[in-house]
Amino acid sequence: MAVKVIIPTPLRPYAGKKESVELQAATVGEAMSSLTTLFADLKRHLYTDDGRLRSFVNVYVNDEDIRYLRGDQTPLREGDILSIVPSIAGGTQN
Amino acid sequence: MSGRSLRVPEALVQRIHAHGVETYPHECCGALMGKDGETAREVVELLPLANRRNDSPRNRFEVTAEDVQMAEKKASELRLEVVGWYHSHPDAPARPSEFDREHAWPWYSYIIVSVQQREPRDTTSWRLRDDRSAYDSEAIESVAEPASI
Repeated sequence: MAVKVIIPTPLRPYAGKKESVELQAATVGEAMSSLTTLFADLKRHLYTDDGRLRSFVNVYVNDEDIRYLRGDQTPLREGDILSIVPSIAGGTQN
Repeated sequence: MSGRSLRVPEALVQRIHAHGVETYPHECCGALMGKDGETAREVVELLPLANRRNDSPRNRFEVTAEDVQMAEKKASELRLEVVGWYHSHPDAPARPSEFDREHAWPWYSYIIVSVQQREPRDTTSWRLRDDRSAYDSEAIESVAEPASI
C-alpha cells in the first residue's frame, strides 16, 4: 500500500528536510520501520534504545491515534496518511 | 552555549513570568509561536496552555498531542510556526532536568522560568543536541518589539 507519512517540523532535518515521505507498507509498524530505515537519524528521536516508541511520541492514521486502533499492527490502506505528533512533557528533577 | 540566540519581545518574557506566578506552585506551560530564520529565531506570540499533568503539577507538565496540534493550527493561522515551548520550574533552577531531556526533541527552543516563592527569577532557553546527550543553552535576546527575520 502506498501511504504518506507527515514529518513533524523538528524532525525534518533528520529526514532529508522533507515535509512528508511516501512509503509502501501494510501496517503502521512496517511504515515506521521503513521510515527509520530510510532515515536512520530519525530513529533515536522516535524510539528508545530498547526499541519502544518513546512515551511522548504519538502516531496517528488519518487523525486516529494508533493506541486506540491496533498499535503497530494497525493495517494500512492505499492513500492513508500517518502523522507523528509529540506530546510535550517535562518538569523539575524531584 | 550553542552560539544560537532566541529573540523574545520583552512583553512576552513578562507574560511567561506572569503565567508562572499565576500557576505557582504548579508548573505552567505554553507554546512559543514565531519564525525560524537561517540565522535567527524569533518568538512573536505565545499560546498559554493548560498543564495536563493533574497528578503531579508541582514538578511535571504535559501538553497533550491534541493541544500540540491545536497550537500548530493556531500558529499556522497567524502565519507563524511553533518554534518551541515554555514551562516553569517552581522553586527549582531554570535548568532542564533529566526528565526534560528524555521527553524532548531537537530543533525546538525550550524556555524555562524559575519561579521562587511566587517570584519569577532566571529565564533560560535550551535546545536538545542531535544525539540527545544534553541540552545546549540558547541566549535569550530580549527585544522591545517583534522584528521581521
